[in-house]
Amino acid sequence: MLRPRIIPSLLLHDKGLVKTVNFKSPKYVGDPINAVRIFNEKEVDELAFFDIDATVLNKEPDYVLIEKLANQSRMPLCYGGGVKTVEQAQKIFGLGIEKIALSSAAVNNPQLVTQIAERVGSQSVIVVLDIKKKLLGGYEIYTHNGKKSTGINPIKFAKELEALGLGEIIINSIDQDGVMKGYDLNLIDKIAETISIPLTVLGGAGSMPDIEKVIEKHGVIGVAAGSLFVFKGPYKAVLINYPTQIEKNKIFKINNNGNTE
Amino acid sequence: MITLIDYGVGNIFAFQNVYKRLDIPTKIAKTSKDLVDVQKLILPGVGSFDYAMSQLNASGMREKLDELVIVKKVPVIGICVGMQMMGNRSDEGKSEGLKWINSEILKFDENLIQQRTKLPHMGWNDVMPVNNHPLFRGLEKDAIFYFLHSFYFKCNNPSDSIAFSEYGISFSSAVNRDNIYGIQFHPEKSHQYGEKLLHNFANL
Repeated sequence: MLRPRIIPSLLLHDKGLVKTVNFKSPKYVGDPINAVRIFNEKEVDELAFFDIDATVLNKEPDYVLIEKLANQSRMPLCYGGGVKTVEQAQKIFGLGIEKIALSSAAVNNPQLVTQIAERVGSQSVIVVLDIKKKLLGGYEIYTHNGKKSTGINPIKFAKELEALGLGEIIINSIDQDGVMKGYDLNLIDKIAETISIPLTVLGGAGSMPDIEKVIEKHGVIGVAAGSLFVFKGPYKAVLINYPTQIEKNKIFKINNNGNTE
Repeated sequence: MITLIDYGVGNIFAFQNVYKRLDIPTKIAKTSKDLVDVQKLILPGVGSFDYAMSQLNASGMREKLDELVIVKKVPVIGICVGMQMMGNRSDEGKSEGLKWINSEILKFDENLIQQRTKLPHMGWNDVMPVNNHPLFRGLEKDAIFYFLHSFYFKCNNPSDSIAFSEYGISFSSAVNRDNIYGIQFHPEKSHQYGEKLLHNFANL
């Protein structure tokens, strides 16, 4: 049985790992290479890295760091941040990354999705949509770490991206980011019923039951979290953690013989 | 010694790292000159079928690889698109495959996939080996592997299938004919299970 994916999502800033709240006040949580080593030990389903400096500072992706991350990783890696061209995407694949996440570049030029997919295959191209609730209802896509509004409706845009040959959409809720009070379930429902390509949701997980709730409703889905997997306890002490295979099987309702209950 | 075929597509370093941990030497072949003293080959691959085929053809290694695999019977394993390239053709593109194993690469039928999310087949899935194949020694039960693909390998000789997985249909997630092996999933990104499989390949 194909399992849902539980994905730690890590933010790169100044060569370190940080965690934000509502896309603001980055707090240092550790060294990225070390984090890969720990997540290897924990046999994580997938790991996602987003460089939050590259686009806003108009920098090239940090290829040296990406290569180190890929070399250390015994699990599939997704990289996002500052990717604007087919050549950059190709270079990052060459370094051993399985999936490339586009964000502002795809929002500005959706055709880029098709161009990259033709080269590397649809399955490896992801778009991350940073989404904020509008004051008077509905949702809107933002770019540049939540600073730049686009006026684009994420539900319509998700459908458009699917038609362009995209492999996966990650929706990241700016309102829920770092708050640890649960996902924006309404947003998840709306996007999920729109597309049939894989969907990963990010923003708001504060406990494993938050993750369970999404899996219970949506089945095979990617459930990503930042704070949940890097902080422990009410004072948010930095401690990398992740559910064990047995704990995951319980959530996936798979018994110890590998069969569904 | 395991030779990793580097034609600009796929993840050479991840394989190198796994074998480093296992204390098994590897070397990288970028041109046909590097294909000397070859004992075992890994043909990795990510991306689209046509792009991968054109890169391999452009690498200048094609002829030498055909000779090593078909004439000299050097064991070779194709990974993901590397596996698909070993077939005759693919629904994904127009290029001819290597035709090392008689097969077609077909697109999954979305109508047979029950859940809302259809393609790609992405994530961790069960792999059920058949006939205690030595590639899956120690992985007979409970092994899960990471998949990322929308096309699958359909053997024209059913006996070439050595493991099955389910995604809408039951498909060959691993194949073997003589010295030629192919696996659809990514062992280099499948934790302990993948490491075990790559170790088994080295020991074949």
